[in-house]
Amino acid sequence: MWDVEIRGMTSAHAIIAASIFMATVIPVVLVDNFSVYGTHLVWLYSVACSVAVVNIAVFWLLGISPPTKKNTLNYKLSRLIRSCVYFVLSCLFFHAVVVLYGAPLIESALETFSLAVLLSTLTTLRCLCILGPNVQAWIRVFSRDGAMSVWDTSLQITSSCSIVGAWFGAFPIPLDWDRPWQVWPISCSLGATGGFLTGLLAAPLWIRWHRKQLTYKLK
Amino acid sequence: MRLKASVFASFCLIIELLGIALYLRGFFPVPVKSSLSSKSKLSDQPAEPLAGSGPNSTQLPPPLFKRVVIMLIDALREDFVFGPNGKRFMPFTRQIVEEGSSHGFIAKARAPTVTMPRIKALTTGSIPGFIDVVMNLNSPALLEDNLIRQAKDAGKRIVFYGDDTWVRLFPRLFAEHDGTTSFFVSDYTEVDNNVTRHLDSTLKRADWDVLILHYLGLDHIGHISGPHSALIGPKLLEMDDIIKKIHTSLTARVAPSPCPVPESEDAPPDLLVLCSDHGMSETGSHGGSSEPEVSTPLVLISLAFPRKGGAFQPSTVEQVDLAPTLALALALPIPRNSVGRLLPAVVEQAPLREQLRLLHLNGHQLSSLLRDSNPTYQRQDGYELFRVAEKAHGNWMKLYLEGNTSEVLGNLGRKVLKQYLEALQSMSLALSKQLGRYDMYSMIVGMGLILEVLALLLLAMPEALGGAACVDVPLAPACLSLPFCLLGLLACSTHVLMCTSAEANCYFCSLPWPLAFSALLFVAALLCSLAAMAGKRFSLAGDPRPKVSAPGPVGRLQAGKAARDELAMLSVSGHGDIRPTGAHPHAIEAHSDLHPSHLCHICSVAGGNIAETAGSSFLAQTRSQVPGDSSLDWTLSELDILLLTGTVGQTLSLGASSFIEEEHQTWYFLLNTLCLAVFQDVCRKYFKERRALDEEREESSLLPSTTDGDPLQPSFSPATELGVSLGAEKWLALTTPLLTLVCCRLLRSLNQTGVQWAHLPDLGHWLNNGDHKVFLSVLAVFSLLLIFLLVQRHCSLVSTIALALGLLGIYSYRAAVGSVLFPWQHTSRSISKGTGEARFVYVFVLGILFTGVKDLLCSQVTAAGGGGHLRSRGLWEVYSGMVLLVALLLRPHNLPTLACCLLLQTLMVQFVWERLRYDAAQITIMHYWFGQAFFYFQGNSNNIATVDISVGFVGLESYVEVPAVILTAFCTYAGPVLWACHLMCYLSSERDRAAGALSHGCYCLAVLRSVPAALYVALTTALRYHLFIWSVFSPKLLYEATHVLIAAAACLIFTAVDHDHACSL
Ligand SMILES: [Zn+2]
Ligand SMILES: [Zn+2]
Repeated sequence: MWDVEIRGMTSAHAIIAASIFMATVIPVVLVDNFSVYGTHLVWLYSVACSVAVVNIAVFWLLGISPPTKKNTLNYKLSRLIRSCVYFVLSCLFFHAVVVLYGAPLIESALETFSLAVLLSTLTTLRCLCILGPNVQAWIRVFSRDGAMSVWDTSLQITSSCSIVGAWFGAFPIPLDWDRPWQVWPISCSLGATGGFLTGLLAAPLWIRWHRKQLTYKLK
Repeated sequence: MRLKASVFASFCLIIELLGIALYLRGFFPVPVKSSLSSKSKLSDQPAEPLAGSGPNSTQLPPPLFKRVVIMLIDALREDFVFGPNGKRFMPFTRQIVEEGSSHGFIAKARAPTVTMPRIKALTTGSIPGFIDVVMNLNSPALLEDNLIRQAKDAGKRIVFYGDDTWVRLFPRLFAEHDGTTSFFVSDYTEVDNNVTRHLDSTLKRADWDVLILHYLGLDHIGHISGPHSALIGPKLLEMDDIIKKIHTSLTARVAPSPCPVPESEDAPPDLLVLCSDHGMSETGSHGGSSEPEVSTPLVLISLAFPRKGGAFQPSTVEQVDLAPTLALALALPIPRNSVGRLLPAVVEQAPLREQLRLLHLNGHQLSSLLRDSNPTYQRQDGYELFRVAEKAHGNWMKLYLEGNTSEVLGNLGRKVLKQYLEALQSMSLALSKQLGRYDMYSMIVGMGLILEVLALLLLAMPEALGGAACVDVPLAPACLSLPFCLLGLLACSTHVLMCTSAEANCYFCSLPWPLAFSALLFVAALLCSLAAMAGKRFSLAGDPRPKVSAPGPVGRLQAGKAARDELAMLSVSGHGDIRPTGAHPHAIEAHSDLHPSHLCHICSVAGGNIAETAGSSFLAQTRSQVPGDSSLDWTLSELDILLLTGTVGQTLSLGASSFIEEEHQTWYFLLNTLCLAVFQDVCRKYFKERRALDEEREESSLLPSTTDGDPLQPSFSPATELGVSLGAEKWLALTTPLLTLVCCRLLRSLNQTGVQWAHLPDLGHWLNNGDHKVFLSVLAVFSLLLIFLLVQRHCSLVSTIALALGLLGIYSYRAAVGSVLFPWQHTSRSISKGTGEARFVYVFVLGILFTGVKDLLCSQVTAAGGGGHLRSRGLWEVYSGMVLLVALLLRPHNLPTLACCLLLQTLMVQFVWERLRYDAAQITIMHYWFGQAFFYFQGNSNNIATVDISVGFVGLESYVEVPAVILTAFCTYAGPVLWACHLMCYLSSERDRAAGALSHGCYCLAVLRSVPAALYVALTTALRYHLFIWSVFSPKLLYEATHVLIAAAACLIFTAVDHDHACSL
């Protein structure tokens, strides 16, 4: 039971990681003058979209999402709308946090918002996929010892890794090296993506390592 | 010796301060300065030494050269001209040097080999002292006596093209100039073309006397790709072409004329000087003192020199020798602070009388400089030699004027010449030894002291943060031990050895010997007690500790109140043992008297081992030796991890110059993260752990501390004070961190500081713009009102009235100065200095401070009963006096900063710190972070230029040094001081804090200040040859030193306020 779950999670994570890789490589063919630094926003949205699509597809196929009690079309539609609203709210939330951290308010609002979209995709979207638009469940997962399945643990790890990655990504900005990747928000989005990839790699390993200590409450 | 933690911390900081003072004295040697601050004048020149008063004896010899072209190629290394590269890439120059009429030297530059100080050295002939440069960052113009100013005063027209450092150093001295900026290091063609494009037209003209060209391209190539790059060759060829062009043009003036002899009699020939400010290292950088960096070529080309043949071997001279040589060759006075000496080769074609005369002038200037700078100048060899030579010169002159022309006269003259040269060399050496060199011995002794204190503080951490807050320093036993005797002997003999060696020239040696010896013995004693303490700690660590035998974790100690929050988690602890929750409060009760507060929450590992940082594992390790704290595993809460890594990481970031320049970004970033972490804690408290909340309510009835109903205690409980319900309190607690975030974001855009983004528009500039005076006035009024409301809460009636009047006085002062509008004021009223208004405020500041101190003293006398209340009121009054003073001193657009500071303090105390039960150490770290952030919110930076010197004039008619310096320092450090002061008020007034809280806070403050200061001192020692040591690292060093001073003062006040000094055994 354990090994099956971990293996499933590992393959899901591998697919997501591969999608990020593809999202970096494919635009080189399709878009003229594409480079991660030069046309950073294109890269950012390409990564965000591919992660979003792959996440939704994977979790749809695996059926990780909590079983819905009502199976009516109406209910599904309302869930979908709620999810969209949550996603937009989380984008705004991240935008606000980044501005509070010192990003310019008006000047490069588009760049800041793009970073917020990327962060939301890496964190909130996965929450929406795994937990559904259910705030209570979110609070449970992100409080101490609230994880009830390997997926919850994986969610904790990848989300915190992405955010910590973005946090560390801000460090090189004050350096006076005049490198292309110091331009806002390149280092932060690269940091977030790097953190996310690290989280994807670390989550299965960590769970495997601590499998003895982890006791999930049965639902 | 058993000491209270606060006393211990104050001692440590004071010792550290002494260490820093010694270190600074070694780091910034006192520069050699002539006692006369004015510049040399022609009329001051000494007469020729001769028995009688002959004619023309006070006149300078005629100039040897008519016009001078100084071509400075930045970072031209010696081997680019004299080495194999020179043969390949500078063929013309090489040929001239080897066969033409020229002189070639290798000129040694002094460290730091950076352009600006080297230009100063070239033009003043002095070696600028380190402290000079730091202090003159404000006024970039070179005020010292220099060659350029002398030439200008002598009526010469100077034309300059090249690096705009020159234009900034010598404003208004150039008849014509075109500065190119060296900002874009990647550009190495345009910078030079900008210089060369003027060359042809200028050389054709005859309306200049001195032409200075500074080429930057080579330096930029060095920075990009190093001295072996393929770009070097073409650049050198380009430079060679330019030299050829200038040379041709200068010689063409003389050569084509049919009869050159009479004309060259009238007008002396021109001179071309090829020189460089510094070389470049093998990696292409410069700043250090490695051989390739300090070796520069110096080539003088003129028809006045004889052609030479045969093998050429450049001799080594000092870079500073150029200034006196040029001055004498152009018949200008030598710059007063020059330590260089005349290059005799340059004048060897002149008649012997003139040569002697020039050498005498140089010798006279050096000897008077030596007299001014060296108290023991009469014992210097050079001075004595010069006296002898001067006498011989006089004898020679007598013979000469008598018309003696025999062989004897020539021989005698050459002997005098030799004597002069020896004297010059000796004096120049003695002078330059005092300059521009780090006094490593003093620096090392100072640094040793600082690092020892840091180690002492860190080793004492478990004891100092323990419940008793007492530290055992085994100083007395250490002093009796054998190692101490050996170490002391070793130190003293080293000292004797260092100070009696030939080149001894350090501050520490110039101290009286008993003082120096006792300092060294103290260092040794400290080292021994350090070793004893370390031995005690680590031998304890080696012992098999008696494990707590209790089966459940009941016996496992929980750190005070942290446990309550962790309760829910622990009940499903990973070890599988379910804790009987009922027993828990008793555990707290039993142990809270021992360890009420800790830096780290101690709890058993529930699930994950959070990755431990080096600091946390150290803490965990040391903490585990405290008796009773024998829990098996250690984790820290997220907040602890953040506090520790933030403190350590911030210290480490100081190794990068950019992070020093932009240090405010680091603090803002950390502060934001801290607020988010606090927000998370608040959320966890109010949302997640409902269960724990219920427990707490049960528990609080068991804890004795919350049940006391002393009516005299100042109430910090929000529910009673502001009359808010419990539900509202929850929401206020939740919004406080968010409000803090918003406040910080607003304050951040009030003053842009740093370097990279300092030019961006900010609110401060907008408000200070004359058009927005109304906004500024409204903002000031609003801020002052807010300040009044927030401060008066805990004041007595008298202080409240004084405060209100004082704040009114501040507004009228600002109105009088003209920065804000006064409602009833006629527009025609002239702007005054506002001295009266400012003094009015000073009276109230002193009054409030006096009331506060009086209350404090009363509380000391009546320690029992109402002492606590009196004490906290007194402290608050001292605090409010300081707030009033800061409000007066801060510029009006910074008043919102002060208001925000008070607002955040109030909110944090009311809704976060009190509620979440952080321990004293956490509170101290948070206060320290806030203080640091507010230091930068005020508009400060790590650059001396941002210090607001105008503060020193508030309320004073003229500049009076002592109050001006104190006021400026106080205003600059207002943020950290206010937060430290608030920390003191908070820790001493809180009801259910343990008695040691104030001691803990004081100790933590000392550690927080010592860690960055000690590491930064070590860092600057390691980086003393860094390219930015003057512009970035040294100012920061001064800031750090001042901050330690402020922290030491704060700790002393903490100790004085702390009631129980006694430390029971
Ligand atoms: Zn240079
Ligand atoms: Zn350079």
